[in-house]
Amino acid sequence: MTVAFLAMLVTGVEIVISHPRFYWGEDGNVNMPALFQLPTPASRGSVPTGYGYVLPDQNGWSRYLHFQAGWVLVITGLVYVLHGWRAGHFRRNLFPAEGELSVGALMDVLKKHLRFERPAEGAPYNILQRLTYLIVVFGLVPAMVWTGLAMSPSFTAGFPFVVDWVGGFESARTIHFFVTVALALFLVAHIAMIIHAGFKSRMRAMTVGVKETV
Amino acid sequence: MSDQSRRKLITTGVAVAAGAGVAAAASQYGLIPPDSGGVYGPGETLTYAAQRILRGQSPAREFPREKISKAPYANGKPPADKLFLSHQANGFVDWRLSVDGMVSRPLSLSIEELKKMPSRSQITHLACEEGWSYVAEWVGVPLAHVLELAGADLKAKYVVYSSPKIQRGRYDSMDMAEALHHQTVVAHGMNGGELPIGHGGPLRMRVPRHLGYKSIKYLATITMTDSVAGIGKGKGSSAADAGYSWYAGI
Repeated sequence: MTVAFLAMLVTGVEIVISHPRFYWGEDGNVNMPALFQLPTPASRGSVPTGYGYVLPDQNGWSRYLHFQAGWVLVITGLVYVLHGWRAGHFRRNLFPAEGELSVGALMDVLKKHLRFERPAEGAPYNILQRLTYLIVVFGLVPAMVWTGLAMSPSFTAGFPFVVDWVGGFESARTIHFFVTVALALFLVAHIAMIIHAGFKSRMRAMTVGVKETV
Repeated sequence: MSDQSRRKLITTGVAVAAGAGVAAAASQYGLIPPDSGGVYGPGETLTYAAQRILRGQSPAREFPREKISKAPYANGKPPADKLFLSHQANGFVDWRLSVDGMVSRPLSLSIEELKKMPSRSQITHLACEEGWSYVAEWVGVPLAHVLELAGADLKAKYVVYSSPKIQRGRYDSMDMAEALHHQTVVAHGMNGGELPIGHGGPLRMRVPRHLGYKSIKYLATITMTDSVAGIGKGKGSSAADAGYSWYAGI
């Protein structure tokens, strides 16, 4: 899944630099004012960037790989959600446990977190982890898929509300970009914390699920 | 043979048979795109087949007049060769759209003749694969009407269409479902006037359920065929030959 996400991220960057300008609403092009523009050279000469050179165009294979990796993510994602539901993973490990949402409890976890205290081996996810994972699994990832589909002229022919509800094609593209940034930040923080908590034991717990008995 | 390996054998057998069945059915119903080979073939085929099934013949979104973009963007430069410039100089009176291939009455149509045919006006969204877009009104003759006039064999698999080879060498193709779709038009007007040269004038194939690169500018030929193997690199589209996906509905 991480490999597919990284493929999405790299190809997504390649696609974006062919037009690093963003808009809101249904339409937007170089004849119209941009909402904002990324400070990067573009891979197309038609976009004024002020850099005076054009990056090599990688859009063809990037788009092929982007959509193929999209299928991998959606299929593995559905398996994860179905399994998580049936096995009670979400209920037990992700939804906040009783009393965890009180201000005192939240502050306590936050304090420990800021002191970089390592969690005890085999400890359940704390409330900050639970909320973050919930936002990623049920908020950010579905938002990526939704806004991705909203940019497909054929898919929105069959399901116009997918693009109408987010305010138009260019709005969907802009949201897609911001959610990408959020997910990329999550991945960096997630990996940093895994390393902090002990890389070997965490990888073992995530994959084969056996706890280390040291 | 142990029970376990027998069970495994049966499951594998069923899976292989099911896979072969799905592939045969997909091919039968034309759900395999011309660029289904290679590393990205599986994803591309899944996308094409899934979208064909999910969206059916439902129309691209159409917009009210006030949504028309004030500043549509004409990507690329118009052809600058002598022949095109001479066509342009005399108002495209000698421009012809040929219709041939698997048809009973091959046609050669002038702009005047096309303008007298039943036309359709539609305000639709055009998005480029780069990410920019605009909304505009296009006026044109439904491709289905042109194909009917030519007595096209509707059992053909593709409609191949191109600009004159001498100018830009742009060509593309679409499946019959797209060709007969009521919003697929041979456009000769845009935003209340003639189709501007920057937007493909005098004629542009307008395919609103696809990204902009499927809407070939300077349209000059339409050919009905069962195979795109002999054209260009055999992927059915100059965009696909250049590494982009043939199916541009994403």
